Parts: sequence; structure tokens; C-alpha cells
Amino acid sequence: MNVLQTILILAAAFLAVFAEAAFQLPRQFFGAQVDLLPALMIYAALNTNIATVSLLAVLGGLWFDVLSANPLGVSIPPLFAVGFLICTRRDLILRELPFAQVFLGAAASAVVPGLAILLLLTGGQEPLLGWGSLWQWLVMAAGGAVATPIIFAVFGWCQHALGYQPQTEPSFRPDREIRRGKL
Amino acid sequence: MLRKKHYLALGAVTLVTVLLLSLPSRTVSHLKLAIGGLFLPLFGTVNAVRQVPDRAADTLLPRGELLKEIQNLRRESQEFEVCKQQADGVARENDQLRALVGWQQQQPWKLKLASVVLRDPANWWHTIQIDLGKRDGLVENLPVLTSDGLVGRVSSVGLTRSQVVLIEDPRCRVSARVLNPAHDMGVISPGGPMENSLVDLSYLSGNANLKPGQLVVTSGVGGIFPPGIPIGQIADSSQAEFGLYTEARVKLSADLGALDQVWVLLNPQPN
Repeated sequence: MNVLQTILILAAAFLAVFAEAAFQLPRQFFGAQVDLLPALMIYAALNTNIATVSLLAVLGGLWFDVLSANPLGVSIPPLFAVGFLICTRRDLILRELPFAQVFLGAAASAVVPGLAILLLLTGGQEPLLGWGSLWQWLVMAAGGAVATPIIFAVFGWCQHALGYQPQTEPSFRPDREIRRGKL
Repeated sequence: MLRKKHYLALGAVTLVTVLLLSLPSRTVSHLKLAIGGLFLPLFGTVNAVRQVPDRAADTLLPRGELLKEIQNLRRESQEFEVCKQQADGVARENDQLRALVGWQQQQPWKLKLASVVLRDPANWWHTIQIDLGKRDGLVENLPVLTSDGLVGRVSSVGLTRSQVVLIEDPRCRVSARVLNPAHDMGVISPGGPMENSLVDLSYLSGNANLKPGQLVVTSGVGGIFPPGIPIGQIADSSQAEFGLYTEARVKLSADLGALDQVWVLLNPQPN
């Protein structure tokens, strides 16, 4: 399942980036587009290895920058920073709890655009910022908070449907066998 | 807690990022277009999805309404035909007068219709991608407009797709003229991240007499946009920098939030 899971995550990232560029429903309703890559990164960091996290950061960031006016590569460090941090601390996170997923999704979706803008400003770019950016930032964080548990549920279902099922132990245990005598 | 493979991943990603960020802009442009080609198969799917509501609406529209619409369009077409004949006469007369005075002849605009295929996924840029490219004769900095007004300019061109920087993006500055008696001139700059229909018109003279509703058009100064393309109308104005100059907000004529099709001006003739 490991390779398949990596392929599924990368395919989801590819489709997510395209959907963000092609469909404008969140932008029309809330004034901001929701980024799904941080939520995917949370799932990858909690359930896969560092190689998948790195691949998702590089390819997801690259695809995002290709469709955007960002300088190529500027979206990679924020995504990787979030993924790396969570991946190295994941033993301390209760990943199965929806509250943890929502919180991590919101935090990652707030941190990733913040870091990206910081990098853009450091590189001498002039992104469109103003008081409205705060609202957009909130929308992105809320979108990430909603999307993360959904992504966990979808990938959980995929893993259940496509992965190997864990072998269940039979109830028979030799050490618990009651040996009876003839009488 | 950090293992060797974590350090390796960190090093590899840092290396890739530094390499990408240090590439020359021309290479980046080519690379973006090459990688963007991966998304080409999905464009058709999006168009199909977008057409579903239209098709559903088509089946529900009554025949009588369609016939009425056709009649209206025929009438409008005849009116435009008469106007065109009159405009052709005026243009011929204008050409003759220009020839007499020795001024450069004006050429009619050569426009090409393009469909908007994608919009910038980042909230801090306002760009779109259109389905025309080098093979359709597009080059950088061509003006892009709708029948309502100016939309932006072409910023990068691929073989089959191009990126257009919208007028509300920080990288698209337009020299504009207010159609008032003083013909005040200023520079259009973005209004704000959430203001889709409002842009700022700054660097107007301190004593500019602006009134809401006055039309704002391109001035032709700057070498990219030809003069006379409608931009919008003055919404309000205020003094800036202790009355040193006047700033105004302009309500854009074109609805940049709902762009489906745009026109690319292939032969702009700035002053």
C-alpha cells in the first residue's frame, strides 16, 4: 500500500491544484480560494514516510507555482516545513481524533500562505496585500480545517478498499487450552 | 528524533528549491509552460463540466423565448450594420484628412477571441490563463479586453496558452485619462485583495475636478495600451499627501470576477 498511497496522494495533489485554478466557487462566495495542499500535507506527514512528504512538497509546490504567478519553487519550502515538522513529531499527535485533524488542518493552512508571502516579500516581489488579506487568510485556514478530516476519511476509505487488511488473530490460544484428563 | 533520512530529505528539498529559485527568468518561463502542459488533458474535462448547467438550461428554455431572442438579435445586427457603414465612412474621411495633414494612418483593431481556461490559485496574484499562444500570433504585453472595457495585458506566452495579468494585479499599471474638461491623467493601480471591481487612480493633479460617474479610459502613454479603451467610472475621489495630488477609486467596466471570454488586441497602436 505504501507506493500506492504515495501515488494516490500525489494524484490528489495534482487534481487539487488544478481544481483550485479551474473552479472559482470559494472565491465567488467567500472572496478567497482555499488551498488543499496543506491539508494533504497533514495527511501525508501523519500517515506516510518522509520521502512521500518531500515528494508532495516538491511536486505539489511546483504544480501550484506553474499555474500561479509565483516564482517557480516558492511554494515548496512552506509545504515542506509544515510536513517536516509534523512528520518528526507525529508520535506525539493523536492523529485519529477529528479535533486534532481540524486543528492541524487550520494551522497548516494558515502557516503555509503566511510563509509563502514572507518568501515572496523577501524575494522582492509585490503580492497584492491589504486588510482584505486577513479575511482571505481566515477563509484559507477555515477551508483547511474543513478539508483535513475529509481527506483523512477519503484516504482511510481508499486504504481500506485497496490495501491489505490486517490479519485477525483467532480466538484459539494454546496457552489457554484447558487440558482435561480421562476422568 | 531526527533520523538520517530526515536530514537527507531536508537537504534534497532545500537543494531543489534553491536550484529552482535561482533559475533565469526565461528558463523558468519555459519550465512553467512545459510542466503546465501536464494539465492540458484536464482542460477538456473542465469545459465539459462547465457546459452541463448551460445544456440543462437549454433544454428547459421555451421555443417562443428563443424565437423572440433571435428576432431581437436580428434587429440589433441590422442596427449595427447601419452604424458600421456610417463608421466606415467616417474612417475613410479620417484617413483622407490624416493623409492631407501628413499624420500616420490609423489601422483598425485586430482582435482575437480567447477563452479563459484557468485562474491564479494564489489569492495574492490576479492572473488568468487563456487558450491562445504563440501559434495564434500572441506576444507579451498585448492588451486584453472585453466588450465592456480593459481587462489586462499578456504577461507570458506559451505555444497554446498565455498568462494575462489583470488590471487589479500589482504588476499591471495603466496610464489612464479621465474624460472631463481638464482630461486629468493618472495611473491605475490595484485597489485591494477583496475589491474585485474597484481600482485606484493615483497621481492625478492636486486640483483635479473629479465627479462620480466620469469615464476613465486608457491614455495611450506607456507604450502598451492604445488610447481610448474604457477602464471604468470614477466612484469617489480624495486628496492625498496633504493635497499634493488627488486619488480616486474607479469602478471597473469589465467584470473581472466572471471572465469567460476575452479579446486580445493583436495590433495595439499607442501614441
